[in-house]
Amino acid sequence: MRKVIGAVAAAAVALGLGTAAHAQQTVKIGVLNDMSGLYADLAGRGSVAAAKLAVEDFAKIDPNLKVEIVSGDHQNKPDIGSSIATKWFDNEGVDMIVDVPTSSVALAVSQVAANKNKVFIGSGPASSDLTGSKCNANTVHWTYDTWMLANGTGKAVVKTGGDTWFFITADYAFGHALERDTSEVVKANGGKVLGAVRAPLNTSDFSSFLLQAQSSKAKVIGLANAGGDTINSIKQAAEFGIVKGGQSLAGLLIFSTDVVALGLPTAQGLVLTETWYWDLNDNNRAWTKRWQKEMGNKVPTMVQAGVYSGVLHYLKAVSALKQSKDGKAVVDKMKELPTDDTLFGKGSIRVDGRKIHPAYLFEVKKPSESKSAFDIYKLRATIPADEAFRPLKDGGCPLVKS
Amino acid sequence: MASATETITAPVTAASHRSELVAFAIMAAFFVVAPAFMYPIFLMKALCFALFACAFNLLIGYVGLLSFGHAMFFGWAAYFCAHMLKEWGLTPELSIILATVAAGGLGLVAGALAIRRQGIYFAMITLALAQMMFFFAVQAPFTHGEDGIQGVQRGKLLGLFDLSHEMTMYFFVLVVFLAAFLLIYRIIYSPFGEVLKAIRENETRAISLGYKTERYKLLAFILSAALAGLAGATKAVVFQLASLTDVHWTMSGEVVLMTLVGGLGTVFGPVVGAFIIIAMQSYLAEFGQWVTVIQGVIFVACVLLFRRGVIGEIAHFLKIRL
Repeated sequence: MRKVIGAVAAAAVALGLGTAAHAQQTVKIGVLNDMSGLYADLAGRGSVAAAKLAVEDFAKIDPNLKVEIVSGDHQNKPDIGSSIATKWFDNEGVDMIVDVPTSSVALAVSQVAANKNKVFIGSGPASSDLTGSKCNANTVHWTYDTWMLANGTGKAVVKTGGDTWFFITADYAFGHALERDTSEVVKANGGKVLGAVRAPLNTSDFSSFLLQAQSSKAKVIGLANAGGDTINSIKQAAEFGIVKGGQSLAGLLIFSTDVVALGLPTAQGLVLTETWYWDLNDNNRAWTKRWQKEMGNKVPTMVQAGVYSGVLHYLKAVSALKQSKDGKAVVDKMKELPTDDTLFGKGSIRVDGRKIHPAYLFEVKKPSESKSAFDIYKLRATIPADEAFRPLKDGGCPLVKS
Repeated sequence: MASATETITAPVTAASHRSELVAFAIMAAFFVVAPAFMYPIFLMKALCFALFACAFNLLIGYVGLLSFGHAMFFGWAAYFCAHMLKEWGLTPELSIILATVAAGGLGLVAGALAIRRQGIYFAMITLALAQMMFFFAVQAPFTHGEDGIQGVQRGKLLGLFDLSHEMTMYFFVLVVFLAAFLLIYRIIYSPFGEVLKAIRENETRAISLGYKTERYKLLAFILSAALAGLAGATKAVVFQLASLTDVHWTMSGEVVLMTLVGGLGTVFGPVVGAFIIIAMQSYLAEFGQWVTVIQGVIFVACVLLFRRGVIGEIAHFLKIRL
């Protein structure tokens, strides 16, 4: 009899411990991006550092939530990205994947997240299809998208007289979306698209594409590419004397890291659109100092800032719901709560998963105007939040009920 | 000839089959229980690559032809299968069969051109054809370039078994693998297989004995291509995705590596080799592109230290055939 009582007592204690352990909730976040290729500078380890800062700041709001971060390298290949995502969700208890530059990989990961009912927050990818025809209830697109870039940079360039365009397009989902969205803006503003050429991702030699662009006699050569590809095409365009010959370059997606890599003498005068710049205000500068403690003397990009902001808002939603396993419920909560953080200010997430905040049109400074190595932009215009992104009804997202 | 090849070409007796039957039983039993303690998607990936390596081994191990373009059959079958599943709405078994046939057709064209030459020229012709097909995959609209064909639904096998269930999918892949493995085994020990081995050892002599070696080589090439296609098509169903990675020339290189590490010209070697390489890629994935460096080191070590491959060395040590 005593044995039985002992066993029951032991079982009760074990059960009690079990529930106590459950009270301390754990959330696992996977930062999935390019750690070694052409997008490693604009996302890479810097995004992991940004996610860690978000976790650090969230601990001040809700110390009961235990947050773990893992990271992975998708090498810009959709098959590797989707198999890492599947493994994380199935096997390693990851609740949310954040970042994922390279739109083709992001579209694959977004589908995996929807199938497994987890959460995907895209900070790195650009394709506006993520909240358009290919949207789903488990995906939030945070930092920027191709429609916003086209609307910012494209419109500004056409309005200053650049009314004939030729595109050099990265040949995958992102490039196609950016070319499509920019062409629409150019045409809507009275410009003309003379042609386009598709270059493979991660190209080292742009000469044949640049020569085609040169012979098109278009006033503006639109670079619908990103990261290392943009750097290479701008450098090689300078070698071919394209800008001196009277044509101008429009980098449709340029990150602050690209400008630093190019150097101001090459990059000066480029017009570009971003949603975040480290030197915009005191909050951003303070955050950048914290980020640089981890990353050394580098300049953070909007993608990395977006990872911080996205992770923070996700954790707020999880803490409000007290669960992280039902991904759709978490995303619904994220859409319900207004977003508010020091980097992107107050904002919201639309029903199609689009995060809404202002965008900024910048111009790269001349070397003489720059006071320090990372002092690279001057602000030309602020695009208010309600104009910066594609109107909800135009996206064709099935989640939007007309 | 070295003693290693003599053991392989020795006449087939009941006793020499026994070790292989035992090994086959162990392998089949392992795969039946493996999903209980291993991640099923990893196992499915490894099985697909094991089949790919076995198909490749049929050509290099038993005919002595080093194809450096097998990714073309593997990757294109994946594209065909994914396209048929997604755009035409065919059932998975029909898509896989049609993709396998298509890969065999591709093998017929590529093989007819390539088998006219031997050695390095053969390898270069297959590589050139594979690069042409790679370029086609980059540019053709239905392959969707860098994006690949994404979001393919697995569908229902024979309209009965829902493949979106992980274990159903696993056992389907296992059945495909074991069936194809037995087919390859049957081919190797058929009279046809004996002729292939004769061609490998001394082609001129086989010709002088009256065999039309070109025809044998072509048929072996087509069989190898079709089986590689079967592996690619199955992989496309498992991952619901067909992408450029599968047609890239590095994939052709990887299958050579798998076969060499496991043991060239052994029945079980490619399976073991594929598991070793896929396990490395999965568990070392966090090192990113360093994986290729590690693979290179293993390749060098394999060639320098155990030239018969893992299974080849074991078989040699135990003086049995595997």
